[in-house]
Amino acid sequence: MILEPRFTDSVAGLPTHKFGPSSLTWWGIIGFMIIEGAFFGLAFAAYFFLMGHEQGWPPEGRQAPNLLWGALFLIVILLSEIPNTMIKKAARERDVPAIRALMPVMIAIGAVLLIVRGFEFNNLNCRWTDDAYSSVIWMLLFLHTTHLITDWGDTIVLWLLMRTDLGWEGRRLVDTDENCLYWRYVWLLWIPVYLMIYWVPRL
Amino acid sequence: MSAHVPERVRREDEQLARERQKIARDGPKLKGAKLEARLERTWSRPRGIIGWLATVDHKEIGRRYIVTALLFLSLGGVLALAMRVQLAQPDNALISAQRYNELFTMHGSTMMFLFAVPVMEGVAVFIIPLMLGTRSTAFPRLNAFSYFMYLFGGLLLWGAFLLNIGPDIGWFAYTPLSGPQFSPGKRADIWAQMITFTEVSALAAAVVLVCTILKTRAPGMTLARMPLFAWAMLVVAVMIIFSMPAVALASSMLISDRLIGTNFYNAYEHGDALLWQHLFWFFGHPEVYIIFLPATGFVSVITETFCRRPVFAYPIVVLALISTGILAFGLWVHHMFATGLPRVGYSFYTSASMTVAIPTALQIFCWLATMWDGRPRFQVPMLYVVGFIVTFVIGGLSGVIIASVPLDLQLHDTYFIVAHFHYVLIGGAVFPLLGILTYWYPKITGRMMSDTLGKIGFWMILLGFQLTFFPMHFAGLLGMPRRVYTYPAGLGLELPNLLSSIGAFVVAAAVVLFVINGLFSLYRGAIAPSNPWGASTLEWAAASPPRPYNFAHIPVVESRTPLWDAEGELPVVTGLRVDEKEILLTTVVAATPDLREPVPAASLWPLIAAIAVGVLFVSSIFSPWAVVFGAIPSAIALTAWFWPKDLKRQPEPVIS
Repeated sequence: MILEPRFTDSVAGLPTHKFGPSSLTWWGIIGFMIIEGAFFGLAFAAYFFLMGHEQGWPPEGRQAPNLLWGALFLIVILLSEIPNTMIKKAARERDVPAIRALMPVMIAIGAVLLIVRGFEFNNLNCRWTDDAYSSVIWMLLFLHTTHLITDWGDTIVLWLLMRTDLGWEGRRLVDTDENCLYWRYVWLLWIPVYLMIYWVPRL
Repeated sequence: MSAHVPERVRREDEQLARERQKIARDGPKLKGAKLEARLERTWSRPRGIIGWLATVDHKEIGRRYIVTALLFLSLGGVLALAMRVQLAQPDNALISAQRYNELFTMHGSTMMFLFAVPVMEGVAVFIIPLMLGTRSTAFPRLNAFSYFMYLFGGLLLWGAFLLNIGPDIGWFAYTPLSGPQFSPGKRADIWAQMITFTEVSALAAAVVLVCTILKTRAPGMTLARMPLFAWAMLVVAVMIIFSMPAVALASSMLISDRLIGTNFYNAYEHGDALLWQHLFWFFGHPEVYIIFLPATGFVSVITETFCRRPVFAYPIVVLALISTGILAFGLWVHHMFATGLPRVGYSFYTSASMTVAIPTALQIFCWLATMWDGRPRFQVPMLYVVGFIVTFVIGGLSGVIIASVPLDLQLHDTYFIVAHFHYVLIGGAVFPLLGILTYWYPKITGRMMSDTLGKIGFWMILLGFQLTFFPMHFAGLLGMPRRVYTYPAGLGLELPNLLSSIGAFVVAAAVVLFVINGLFSLYRGAIAPSNPWGASTLEWAAASPPRPYNFAHIPVVESRTPLWDAEGELPVVTGLRVDEKEILLTTVVAATPDLREPVPAASLWPLIAAIAVGVLFVSSIFSPWAVVFGAIPSAIALTAWFWPKDLKRQPEPVIS
């Protein structure tokens, strides 16, 4: 520096982690949520664009997807917010034993959801090759499934990390908090996707 | 809070707290040469080829971005010359129609996806942390990953072209031409997958930039004191986040139509080719502003420095940037006037297209007022600003003209359009880019570029540009369609085409001169002092070229023009650790110190992850199962990227 420094405050006493919008990763996650939200928003736009060309929706000769497995998925994923909230609260209270105990519950729920999702694909009453309606229905379900799988993998990795000594570190608790935030996003996304797949064709 | 913490952990916490007190930090007791030597050691990446591949230093990544993008600019330029040779005279048979299709497709795709957007991101990645007074971007490993994805996308496109499977469907790849029926083979898939690479890269870089700009600004640099270039990049990064998913989604749907038989664009099964156009232009129009707004940031930077006066009406410039960013999303349909739209659609998108001229004009008036009120020095960067204003205004005016539907229907897909968008893209983005590269060259390399060569190059490119593109207006008005490989004699098209071809070689010579100047000055240029232009922003408080740690102490900002108000001293905060990489995070609006944040160590995992994801993308051109099997190595690489290499607790967090 050519300019001589004029010393003002020291930042040595600042913390190295905080929950919420102070955290850098919080902003990163919000950024990726918006990106993924844009994908869904545009997929919805494509859905309505294609729907606008049709006389009926689903087009004549097709059946709307069966309701059972989609409804089951909705119920399970909404209920998963209970352990999710408990983990989020435990992270903010540095209750590492609770986190270590509850994360396997979330992983098990994720596994159940993936199985139910398989049945959902089987009950769409169409194949993606049939027509544009079928393609867009499959796309919506596929897009949501990618979120399900990535968050599931993410949660397993984080759980393994939380079981180590580093689980007591503040920044790992922030990670846990933000992983719960992301899971909220995944189930919130499911509500409009669910309506688009199962109920708009029944209007 | 601590009720759940067992005794063992509590003792460990206390022990770590004691160790924390012993950590060396910068301050009045640790400053000057001794501090700089320690920071140098801490912030330098490992030596050798491994260190080179593993670096997370934003300056190295930014430089790579810029150099790679300029290489692609040269390649795209060579294709342009080939096309101009072909069109220099009527009924020319030098290049076949098929090859010509490949040439304009490669030219457009290279310039838009491999040059224009990445070069703006590269400049930002290099300069933004310096400008904001910090030592690193946010998420530096993601930044490295983003570069590698971009590089691999470029290699895919150009590798395919060299193997004679380059795309031939135009840079916007309209369906049904690009669909399975009319484009058998893999040419269209190469194009679509190149899109996936560059979109992943651009989106990652956008998140890096947003987080860097919002969270790592120097204390005191409130949003209202932020340099205008940082404002421009913030708006651009947010635009990338909202617009690029559209093209990524559209091209994924195209690949799936081609590979697994979905019917999104297949009219026989109730799909719609126009869906492609809507999705593509919902990205494609904001894309134009994603290229143009960084350039307006460059213009603000240069104008301020070379007029020795802060840019006139800062709030208006900021509001103009933001409103351009918003309006850019309401214009896409004006690319589709010729497809047949409801009348209300015509009116709405015509008025929106004309409206966007208002904020742009406001910015231009603010720069003119700055020059009027300041004392302009016409050195090379400032000359490029003047060339920009002249050229861009011509392009802007022809843009307002073709926003009118009846005229657009006449001129659609003619050389008038080609003239228009080269005026706005080259005049609006490339001229400011050449200006800013001259301007920041001393910061990047430590040496000055030659002023004489720079001035000769400027006049050559400005005049050569007008000679190339102004006649295209007339060729278009005479009815010459774009993307034709030749034209018959006797229609009056000979003269404008010949002039354009001559001009293209003048432009190419000027670019070569710029490159020669850049390379020559690297070894022979005058040694640059820390602030050679007498600029006001923080990047000029760092050394030229900056040390790996950028600043020995984190500066404090008290005005919009910190270096002009410094009076020989730079206020700084102290207390960041010197034995590990650490930066300061501040609050989003007021930029008050908020957190200390560890910076990740250099790592090969971003490269390995990019290779794994790249293999997935390329093999999914051939088989849908690649998505499943390719996901496994990708997931392993991404996990290893995040997994701490040392599971022992440290007194303060580090990212190993």
